Amino acid sequence: MDALRPYAAAFSSRFLLMMQYRAAALAGFFTQCWFGAVHVMVLAAFYLGAPEAAAASPISLSQAVTYTWLAQGLLAVMPWVGDPEIADGVRTGAISYDRLRPVDPYALWYVRAAGWMTARLAPRVALMILAAGIVLPLIGQGQWAWRPPASLSAALLFALSEALAIALACAIIMLINIVVVATLNARGVNILMQPLVIVFTGNLLPLALYPDNLRTFLFVQPFAGTLDIPNRIYFGALAGQMAWVGIGLQLFWITTLVTLGRWWLGRVMARLEVQGG
Amino acid sequence: MNALALLGRYFAASMRSQMQYPASALMLTVGQLASTAIEIVSIWALFDRFGAIKGWELGEVMFFYAFVGVSFAFADFLTRGFDVFGSDFVRTGAFDRLLLRPRSAALQLVGHDFRISRFGRFFQAAIVLAVATQMLHFVWTPQAIALALWTVAGGVALFSALFVLQAVLAFWTVESLEAVNALTYGGVYAGQLPISLYARWLRTFLIFIVPLACVAYFPVLAILGRSDPLGAPDEFLPVAPLAGFIFLGLSLLAWRFGVSKYTSTGS
Repeated sequence: MDALRPYAAAFSSRFLLMMQYRAAALAGFFTQCWFGAVHVMVLAAFYLGAPEAAAASPISLSQAVTYTWLAQGLLAVMPWVGDPEIADGVRTGAISYDRLRPVDPYALWYVRAAGWMTARLAPRVALMILAAGIVLPLIGQGQWAWRPPASLSAALLFALSEALAIALACAIIMLINIVVVATLNARGVNILMQPLVIVFTGNLLPLALYPDNLRTFLFVQPFAGTLDIPNRIYFGALAGQMAWVGIGLQLFWITTLVTLGRWWLGRVMARLEVQGG
Repeated sequence: MNALALLGRYFAASMRSQMQYPASALMLTVGQLASTAIEIVSIWALFDRFGAIKGWELGEVMFFYAFVGVSFAFADFLTRGFDVFGSDFVRTGAFDRLLLRPRSAALQLVGHDFRISRFGRFFQAAIVLAVATQMLHFVWTPQAIALALWTVAGGVALFSALFVLQAVLAFWTVESLEAVNALTYGGVYAGQLPISLYARWLRTFLIFIVPLACVAYFPVLAILGRSDPLGAPDEFLPVAPLAGFIFLGLSLLAWRFGVSKYTSTGS
C-alpha cells in the first residue's frame, strides 16, 4: 500500500483545497439552474409543439428534462479545460519540482485532476438534486423535475458508469495537460476543446436528439462516455445488454486514452524545457 | 484632448499591442467564432427533428439569434474593462490610479482593452444572418436596415449595461462575480430564441427586469414584418430598443453610486 500513498495524498490535498471555494460553487450553481431552466423550456416547446415527432423521438420529454438537470449537475466532469495548476506550473517553472518527485508523473497529475474534479462536483450535484429533484416537485412543478433513476439496477449501473465517466474525463484532461506542457500555453487548447466538449458529450443537447444517421458515430466517439452514456443508463434508455456495451465503450476509451497519454507524456517530458526559475 | 480623441488613442494602442502577435489574435478570433457557432448546432438539430415550433421556422429563429450575437459581440468588445473590473482593478487596488487621473473612470475602463477576438462572435452572427436572409428570401429595404441598426444599438447599450452592473457589484464583492454570467451569457442564450417559447416568469423577467426581449424579440418581429403572437401592439415593436438605453442610463447611475462608496483594498 505504501506505493499508493503519495497518490492518495495528492488526491485528498487537492480535494480539500477545492472544497474551500464555497462562493464559487454557489455562483456556479445559480448559473447552472438558469441554463438548466432555459434548456428545459426550449426542449418542452419543441416536444409539445410537434406531438408526432415527439412520439417518434428516441428519448421522451421527461427523459430529456432529467438529462438536462443531470448535465447541469455534472458540469464539473466536463473535460474542457486542462488543470490550471499545471498550466501555472508550466509558466512559472514549478513543473520541474514535479519532475524531481520519485513518483510516476502521469499518475500524480491524474489523481490531482480527479481530486480537482470531484471536489467541484460534489457540492454542485448535491445542490442541483435539492433544487431540481426536491424543490421543483414540492412547488408543484413535478413535470419539469429531475426524476429518480429508472430502476434499482439502472441506479447501480449508473453509479458504475458515472465513476468510469470521471475516469475517462480525467484521461481527456491529461491529454489537454500534455498539450499545455508541450506548447507552453493553455489558452489555445482550452478554446479549441470547449466547443468539441459541449457538443459531443451531450451537454448542449442529448446526443439522441441529433439526426438519426449520426447516432452510431455519436455513440462510439470518446466524449459520449463522459456524460451521454451514464445519463442514458440512468433513465433506462440504455438497459440490459446495451448498458454493458456502453460501459464497455467507456472502458475501451479509458484504456486507449490513458495508454496514449502515458506514451505521449513520456516523450514530452524527455525534452521538456523549463521556462521560469 | 477631448474624450473621443482619447478613446481613439486607447483604441489604437490596444490594436497595436494585439497585432504584435497577429497569429495569436487570428487564432483567438477563429476560436471564438467556433465556440459561439455551436449554439446554432443545437437549434438546427432540434428543428431537424421536430420541425417548426409554435409557428416559428428555423430562418426566423436564426434572425433572433443573429441580432443577439451581433449586439453582444460589440458590447463585449467595448466593455472589457468592466468585465475584468473586480479581479483586475478592485482586488489589486489599480482602480485608485484611475481615480487619480483627470478623466472619468468609466471612460478609462472603456479604453482599457479592446479584444480583437470578439469579432469571432460578430462574424459568426453575421454569417447566420446572411444564411437566414437566404432561407426566408428576406428583402432588406432601407427601412429594415435602419431598424436593424437601431436594434443593434439598443442591444449594445443593454449588454454594456450588464457588464457595468457586474462591475458595480465588484465594489462590494471585490472579486468579479461568476453569478452575473447567468445574466450576461445566460441572457444571450435565452434571448436567442423567441420568448413566446418560455414560461411566463421568464418572459416577465426578459421584458421588464432585464429587458432583453426589447432589444431582440420585439424589434426583430418588426424587421420581419410579423406581429407579436403574445399580443404586444405593432406600434410598440420598433420603439422597444429604447429600453436598452434606459437600462444603460440606470446602470450608469448605479455605477456612479458605486464609485462614491468605493474604498480601496490597499496596495
